[in-house]
Amino acid sequence: MSGFSRFLKVAALASVMAVSVSLAGDGGGRAADFKLDRRGGKQLGLQDLKGQVVMINFWATWCGPCRQEMPLLEQMHKKYRPMGFTLVGINVEEDPSGAEAWLTKTPVSFPILFDRENRVSKLYNVSGMPSSVLIDRKGNVRYLHRGYKPGDENTYLDHIRALVKERA
Amino acid sequence: MKAKRDVKFGARTLAKLSFLLAAGTLLAACSSVEPWVKPYERDRLADPIMAFDRDPVSSSYLHHVFDSREGARGALGSAGGGCGCN
Amino acid sequence: MFRSRTLHNPARRARAALFILLLVAGALFAGRASAGVLPEDRADLLYHRYDGGGVTIDGPSLLVRKKFLEKFSLSANYYIDMVSSASIDVITTASPYEEERKQYSVSLDTLRGKTTYSLGFTNSKENDYEADTAYFSLSHDLFGDLTTISLAFARGWDVVQQRDAITGGVDPDFRENTDRRTYSMGLSQVITRNFIVGATFETITDEGFLNNPYRTVRFVDPTSAIGYSFEDEIYPRTRTSNAVAIRGRYFLPYRAAVSAQYRWFNDTWGILAHTGEIGYTHPWGPKWIFDARFRYYTQERADFFSDLFPRAQAQNFLARDKELSTFVSQTAGLGATYEFPGGLPYMPRFVKKGTLNLRWDHIFFDYEDFRDIRVGGLAPGTEPAYSFEADVMQLFVSIWF
Repeated sequence: MSGFSRFLKVAALASVMAVSVSLAGDGGGRAADFKLDRRGGKQLGLQDLKGQVVMINFWATWCGPCRQEMPLLEQMHKKYRPMGFTLVGINVEEDPSGAEAWLTKTPVSFPILFDRENRVSKLYNVSGMPSSVLIDRKGNVRYLHRGYKPGDENTYLDHIRALVKERA
Repeated sequence: MKAKRDVKFGARTLAKLSFLLAAGTLLAACSSVEPWVKPYERDRLADPIMAFDRDPVSSSYLHHVFDSREGARGALGSAGGGCGCN
Repeated sequence: MFRSRTLHNPARRARAALFILLLVAGALFAGRASAGVLPEDRADLLYHRYDGGGVTIDGPSLLVRKKFLEKFSLSANYYIDMVSSASIDVITTASPYEEERKQYSVSLDTLRGKTTYSLGFTNSKENDYEADTAYFSLSHDLFGDLTTISLAFARGWDVVQQRDAITGGVDPDFRENTDRRTYSMGLSQVITRNFIVGATFETITDEGFLNNPYRTVRFVDPTSAIGYSFEDEIYPRTRTSNAVAIRGRYFLPYRAAVSAQYRWFNDTWGILAHTGEIGYTHPWGPKWIFDARFRYYTQERADFFSDLFPRAQAQNFLARDKELSTFVSQTAGLGATYEFPGGLPYMPRFVKKGTLNLRWDHIFFDYEDFRDIRVGGLAPGTEPAYSFEADVMQLFVSIWF
């Protein structure tokens, strides 16, 4: 084939690859407010955490990577709590008894909310399990993580450290 | 080895390139189709009883039992389903 | 429109095909670097037993799967068949024998983006037959992880030998080869949150020595006291087969699953086969799962199969293997699984949970044009059609760690 048509083919391939690379989804915009039942009674709303850096983690007991990252989320919550950071776990299962049983065996200290009708999952356009949304002190969505692979916690820590430094 | 720089490309090459570009873009567009079963709705599909092959040690043995006594072979394995995580 | 120099030149064809493959790969595999999940770590120890038609085969199968370096999953299997055979073929043409077949398999899975790549190798050995198989496969999730496509390629190399009836060892003068190539494509699609379907297409090509060196065919022989005599079977040296299968699994609201599967098969030997299977899985409480299955298989004979040929050397290819005849096999099966938690006395600490399983399948084989020649005193070709029943038992323990 001629040099020029070879170049065109390579350019076509490159542009197709560029088009298909999807954005990491940096969110942007105000985090939608919600109020859900909390494990251990009462309710918790996003408004109640105004001024803090919030990481919402959508998880389920049937999701392997979700269960795998929970102990790491617990460590992150304990470490950065004093600096004004809160991790909120939103369980997306219709029946909360599975989550209750699992949390009895593997307890965490951060709030667990039950999104039984998937209202909040839809609100936040959850497109992967697990999903983590990082919200700054002003209430804007700053980072979105889809899925969990060992090593992702380093990215979480970088983002948390950056957001925690910001003023409300 | 080319005798001279060949810059001509005719209608055929253009048609070929357009086809490839269209096919590639269509595939790329398809990869952003919104799933009608959301990731948080995969609980039942993630249930072990919904796996096509729950115990591979047992199913591969049974496949061997039939394969070695019947004339037919192949096409009885499967991947897919599950929690769809990550 | 695409008539061009590219299509007529094999080298250009290959380059064009590679380019298109890369383009497709680029479109599919580029994108956010999130991943699927590798299979769970587990170990299974199975005791298997087949009893039927004068044949008893039993033995263990050990399967271990473990992730390492977070990106790889390694699986290894050690399997033994201990054969004690007094089957109809053996009784009527030879003498009962005992044999052992050992099989080793190893495979490696890795996850890159949304694609799982697998590489595997199997070696099977008995005293007169050795088979090696290598395979490569990939599977990729698309369309919001609702669709999975998979491709696989396998290559097999078999060495066929023959036991020397006198010495009991292997005949050094007989050594033949068989080569096998397998290509398969699969698609799996989530339809609703309760329903998943799949389809697979597989084509297999064999080349080489494809028959059994011990098996014979029978032909009408007026000079023989019983009216027939035996001669060696002769098979073609090639065989290409195609199989298409579709399957579905549905989640019932009270927590149970129902499944169905159908396979169509045909090959260049003239065999046409249909396989249908339905299954039902019913959990009971948190610890028990029960399974029931029914499978129906029907086959039309190979072109060169006959139970009784009219004379010696009647055709180019001759077969009397009941596996190539016209027959129906029906299987009914039941299974029970008991799940136990980790942390029980005497259990290693790394065990998270385990299951104890028992499966029993009963198979009815009914042949239409293969006759039971153990029945004496009948004119050749009027013996009753052969049929037999077999029991398949599986007892296994699985642990997750």
